[in-house]
Amino acid sequence: MKIRNRLKHSVSFIVLAIGALVVALPFIWMILTAVKPSNEVLLMPPKWFPSTLVWENFVTAYHAAPFKQYLANSIFVSICITAGEIATAILAAFAFSHLKFRGKQALFIGLIGTMMVPSEILIIPNYMTLSHFGWINSYKALILPWCTSIFSIFLLRQQFSTIPVAYYKAARLDGCSDFQYLWTILVPMSMPTIFSIGILKFINSWNAYLWPLIVTNTVEMRTLPVALAVFSNEGGVHYNTLMAFSLMIILPIFMLYLLLKQQIIKGVGRTGLKG
Amino acid sequence: MKKYSRPINTELRAMAYLLPALVIIGIFQFYPIFKSFAMGFYTKFDYLTDRVYETGLGNFKYVFSDPDFYLAMKNTCIFVFFAVPLGILIALILAVLIDRQRHLKSFFQSVYFLPFITSTVSVSIVWSWMLNKDFGLVNALLKLFGIPKVAWLTDPNMTLPILIAFSVWKGLGYKIILILAALQGIDTQYYAAARIDGAKAWKQFLHITIPLLKPCLTFLYITSSIGAFKIFDEVYIMYAQQPGPLKSGLTIVYYIFNKFYRHWEFAIAAAAAFVLFLIILLLTVIQFIIADKKER
Repeated sequence: MKIRNRLKHSVSFIVLAIGALVVALPFIWMILTAVKPSNEVLLMPPKWFPSTLVWENFVTAYHAAPFKQYLANSIFVSICITAGEIATAILAAFAFSHLKFRGKQALFIGLIGTMMVPSEILIIPNYMTLSHFGWINSYKALILPWCTSIFSIFLLRQQFSTIPVAYYKAARLDGCSDFQYLWTILVPMSMPTIFSIGILKFINSWNAYLWPLIVTNTVEMRTLPVALAVFSNEGGVHYNTLMAFSLMIILPIFMLYLLLKQQIIKGVGRTGLKG
Repeated sequence: MKKYSRPINTELRAMAYLLPALVIIGIFQFYPIFKSFAMGFYTKFDYLTDRVYETGLGNFKYVFSDPDFYLAMKNTCIFVFFAVPLGILIALILAVLIDRQRHLKSFFQSVYFLPFITSTVSVSIVWSWMLNKDFGLVNALLKLFGIPKVAWLTDPNMTLPILIAFSVWKGLGYKIILILAALQGIDTQYYAAARIDGAKAWKQFLHITIPLLKPCLTFLYITSSIGAFKIFDEVYIMYAQQPGPLKSGLTIVYYIFNKFYRHWEFAIAAAAAFVLFLIILLLTVIQFIIADKKER
């Protein structure tokens, strides 16, 4: 019995290990290609490890495009979207969980219904709205439409509702205003949820492609994924510089992930958040 | 007078908290839903001035008589039909295996989760490099087993299988984590009781694990189907902005994007987008009904 158990255990371990290797292979191959000298990239059969590590590929990729500008855009846009979403969601979730007002149920149901509409549908009218505002190709167009999320409002409302009303009543009796209560009691007590929402929003904004592609039309406004897609289509691009460029986009998210792995995974597991 | 001042006051206060979110949702979510519905019926209009000269069913007629739209529907449906169950099945197997590991549990979790958080553009580019016919890693590995070169990216029969594999790969980690969280919620006493009654491992899996995971699996099925219907980025990148060889990767969102962004036919794109919305709505409702019925 014991031997059978151990056998089962090692079989499942081997399956998992092979699976992990297959899943990680594109990343491994990306890294290996990114440091290869140009004459070793197109060898057949391929050479797994480069004879020398060519870090210049990163320099080439960096200089082939105004990388600094793209990086700055991506960071700025992602941070603004994340901060905006968290702020608006906290405020709205407070109203839904702690305040009484007419039409609350109807409004809430309306919002949940809206959640089902695929965002791809909204692209055309939103593009028109923004062009009427004269906002096409601006940070406003990249940021503002994404500064709230109904799903986050919903999650935070659930979270705020788990905190006993007695706290709220006691705080009110002691002369604490709603706004103070929200920021000094509710928000600190809900940090894990807020954190999960924020980190996934950041990752998603960082990776966003279709929207930035549509609302930007000059080099200066592009974010990294849009720039990478353009770069990959330019003639004469070598795979090693292309992989170096790709790697530079993934790297910040990789590091964030290594740093906050447990929080991210727990947050996703608890809430089903997709970002 | 005083009697009324309080409720109005609380309503104003609630409004103040709701305002930032509601303004954004109103402009960028509520309004566009109605607008795109209305736009589907604009047959003659000036988008610059937003003036409508003629309305009618013309756009919907056009969409439903366009062979490209049917092709897009067909491709998307085949994609969803295979990618979603396959993705959940593989994630379920891996999650159960990970759950039983004593060591390296979190290591496996993190590796499988990686594709989920990385940019679709970046990983699509790596995939297309790996699938390169002459210099790609995949064909090189196949050669080790004596399998001849496959023209992955130029053979139209390969497009959907590649997109399905890509989607399974990308979404695996997310599904594994949700299933693992649900597995942790299962009371171990059920298994203890089953063991006493002499139930074999796979019977325990079939009669305890699966039924107790059902809410989680249903959730995954619905959200993954909705997500899968919207496939676009990976097609656009992997096939150099084309809808795959011989339009074999033409999906509904690609169709919408093409009409809207390449041909500036806003109204036709809006009509097609509205059809997509109806499909997703219908799908969601049907799945909810099925899930609800089975629960009883």
